[in-house]
Amino acid sequence: MSGAEFVPLSLTPMLIGVLSAIACALPGNFLLLRKQALIGDAISHVVLPGIVTAFLLTGVVAALPMMIGAAGAAVVAVVMIEAVRRLGNIEPGAAMGLTFTTLFAGGVLLLEQSDTSGVHLDVEHALYGNLESLIWLDATGWGSLLDASALLGLPPELGRVAIALIGVAVFLWLFWRPLVLSTFDENFARTMGAPTTVLGIALVLVSALAAVAAFDAVGSIIVIAMFICPPAAARLMTNRLEHQIAWSVAFATLSAVLGYVLAGYAPLWFGFEYAVSAAGMIATVSGLILAAAAFCGPCRLRSGASTVSF
Amino acid sequence: MSVSLAANEGVAPSSSSVSDSPLAIRGMTVSYGQKPVVFSVDMTVAEGAMTAIIGPNGAGKSTLLKAALGIVSPLAGRATVFGKPLKAARHRIAYVPQRASVDWDFPTRVIDVVLMGLSRELGLLRRIRPYHMDKAYACLERVGMTEFAERQIGQLSGGQQQRVFLARALAQNADLYLLDEPFAGVDAATEKAIIDVLKALRSEGKTVVAVHHDLTTVPTYFDRVFLINTRKVAEGTVAEAFTPDTLHKTYGGRLATGQIDQLELAAG
Amino acid sequence: MLLDALTLQLGYNATLVTVGAALLGVASGVTGTFLYLRKRALVSDAISHATLPGVGLAFIVMVLLGGDGRSLPVLLLGAAMSSWVGLLCVNLLSQRTRLSEDAAIGAVLSVFFGFGIVLLTVIQTMGSGRAAGLESFLLGATAGMLFNDAMVIAIGGALTLLAVVILRRPMTLLAFDPEYAAARGLNVQRMDLAIMALAMAVTVIGLKIVGLILIVAMLIIPPVTARFWTDRTDHMTLIAGVAGGAAAWIGASLSAIAPALPTGPIIVLVSFALFALSLLLAPNRGLLAVGLRHNRFQRRVHLRQGLLALAQGQPIYEAYTLRILRRAGLAHADGVPTDTGRARAAKALLDEKRWETVRQDQAFESAAALYDGLRDIETVLTADQIAEIDHRIGGPKEVTP
Repeated sequence: MSGAEFVPLSLTPMLIGVLSAIACALPGNFLLLRKQALIGDAISHVVLPGIVTAFLLTGVVAALPMMIGAAGAAVVAVVMIEAVRRLGNIEPGAAMGLTFTTLFAGGVLLLEQSDTSGVHLDVEHALYGNLESLIWLDATGWGSLLDASALLGLPPELGRVAIALIGVAVFLWLFWRPLVLSTFDENFARTMGAPTTVLGIALVLVSALAAVAAFDAVGSIIVIAMFICPPAAARLMTNRLEHQIAWSVAFATLSAVLGYVLAGYAPLWFGFEYAVSAAGMIATVSGLILAAAAFCGPCRLRSGASTVSF
Repeated sequence: MSVSLAANEGVAPSSSSVSDSPLAIRGMTVSYGQKPVVFSVDMTVAEGAMTAIIGPNGAGKSTLLKAALGIVSPLAGRATVFGKPLKAARHRIAYVPQRASVDWDFPTRVIDVVLMGLSRELGLLRRIRPYHMDKAYACLERVGMTEFAERQIGQLSGGQQQRVFLARALAQNADLYLLDEPFAGVDAATEKAIIDVLKALRSEGKTVVAVHHDLTTVPTYFDRVFLINTRKVAEGTVAEAFTPDTLHKTYGGRLATGQIDQLELAAG
Repeated sequence: MLLDALTLQLGYNATLVTVGAALLGVASGVTGTFLYLRKRALVSDAISHATLPGVGLAFIVMVLLGGDGRSLPVLLLGAAMSSWVGLLCVNLLSQRTRLSEDAAIGAVLSVFFGFGIVLLTVIQTMGSGRAAGLESFLLGATAGMLFNDAMVIAIGGALTLLAVVILRRPMTLLAFDPEYAAARGLNVQRMDLAIMALAMAVTVIGLKIVGLILIVAMLIIPPVTARFWTDRTDHMTLIAGVAGGAAAWIGASLSAIAPALPTGPIIVLVSFALFALSLLLAPNRGLLAVGLRHNRFQRRVHLRQGLLALAQGQPIYEAYTLRILRRAGLAHADGVPTDTGRARAAKALLDEKRWETVRQDQAFESAAALYDGLRDIETVLTADQIAEIDHRIGGPKEVTP
């Protein structure tokens, strides 16, 4: 495929897919180790009500208020989960399920009740995202990457996802030590004076930031899949956290690229005219990678039964 | 007042004064739900000594430690460390949690866990220098675990895990060591290794407090005891406070008289 | 209008759907209780999301065989089969690898759902408008439902409820005490599987009404609601069934009079409203009750500790303790006890001493177990017993301020 076709039509969606996948997979590693993998699931469900509320309050479909709305919804969800869990002495899984289904139901109802026709806000969009349409019309070929005026025409989602990824990466880099410490041994971390509760909340907020930026571009399916599948597969490949992070980034990238390519081209091989959902395909590929890791990852078994020692 | 009921009869006041004691707890009450696990407990830890916290299961031994360390929040009461509030003296405390309190499947190596003890020194972003590594290895050496430095922590036996936790506490280079059941479920060799390290710490002038289960080893391992069953029963040197009478008060019917007699022999 | 809907006056189909939904609500509340008690509430999330590829595949197969692909029973059969595969994957991942169950659930739900979306887009390319009905599986839609479909839901709901009623005894036994159940000869693994199969049945039948994203709520919210009202397994099952049935009945009725409102979200929100009421108002575990009790408890602890400090001539460290003592007229602002304070303090100290004796004596073991540091000893022991204890500790000395 020539640059003249690839750069405007496929480069940006693919990049956005990759950046979103990595932005979600990075905090996903810590959520996984903290046994909070499903927080990612909960966050991605409540992004919808957050965005709808922001739209109803401001009346415009603009990135900033929506991101604030979604982040706000994530905070509300986390507070609500904790409140139900502690106040009602309810098992965490049930508290989570109760919270995100209720908020999601509220979001759907708000959406149906308000006049959002003409605005591209609907449940299906929220689920599938819109990856295929994030094309770069100003580009004519690889040369456009150096052309300032063409670069101005890049889809704004790309910039937002990139900023979110940078934010996530900086957070993890800056707070790596206390995060690892409080994830491994929270009581010990507290005796060292680490603000474990604040760190836990910050991790959820950063995850929400990644989820919101990615959600806007790729929909909530990828968000959930990328929070969980690449880190889970990575955990089965190694027994060292640094390596696990690297594997998860590699798996996230592979899922995004392979998923996008398969969604765009595989149907053609079978004689179909149209492409299938890229978001769905990326999630599917990440699942296949996890399945492969579960069958032959060197560290797939629990401690004591590990086949390889590092 | 004419009611003559001394609070701690037969127990002499501890040697160090309250103000500069390594750990002084006053009026501590902690409850889970509506039942106090620790009720109105005072404790004054003597400096440079090894103290065992003793009591039956569910008597609030671990909870007392956790409340003193700010891990659980008490309903009432406060703790001071070397005469200062906890926050100002955290750097002088090293804590060894119960082994079962963490997930040993966590993807990390032995040496990384020991390095966690240097967190305060390393701060957020300072690089790990060779002398940090030397320090960590020296701590591993003290507990006899050098050869396991590169192992994944999940591959260790229970005793080895406990030694790694102790090495991490050593890396903190503290003045007060608080250990929660350091001998629970470990092999005899580990128990010996740990008690040797703790005695070495004492000879360096450090203070050691351990939640302890095995009554038979109390007289040989520890200088002082603190007996608790939700409320403080007794506090003092082993000779003063580790008596059939205090044990009976602590354990009530749960400890047969015969057992106490045996302990007497062991202590004798 | 709403009254008409609630009393089933809105036509045959709407009535069937409402009745079916209510039956399903009862079945899901009861089944959900067992899931909750087995601490596997969120497995239902994986089950429900894993239905989507099955629905898609069933549709594709039907079209390839020359049908129009809309037969509800066949679609539901497909849903059941793929959610069963999803459940197997959750079990495989959490048992055969080091991943925990929550990670396995998250992985399965996202991957199956993603693959389902891929299939939906494949179906869209197979011909215009054909897949229109399938989207309703996401959020549920009962408006304009065919008579046959309504019949499937009503019968399905009734059958599921019947299965729950038949299996409730062994399931209660299992949820209450798995080891005892195993000792009684119950096949725990098979029973767990039966609970999962019931959850799956609820999910599949509920797909058309509530939709796959929200059906989880029907399995989770009613049991959590019920938990606030009782500590007994059998009562919890009943209350959850009633809560689930009521939410579904009201929700389906509301949706019948306002077809623009998707049924699923309304049922979920009604269910949540019941939960919120319970959270606030339940007599024993509700927030109001717990909050009041905690305050009272904290006051009692500080009062007692303050009295003991007064009795032993120790200083009072905490401002809150002193405030309580002052308010009760037991101490002055400077921490010096009043006359009443002195008397109460002496009594508290005496009680402590009595308790100490009680706890050393095996004869009083059951009384000692009740000791919480706060109770007046008179509430646990008889006057005779107290007299005996006082005799042992040297008799009650005259308390003179």
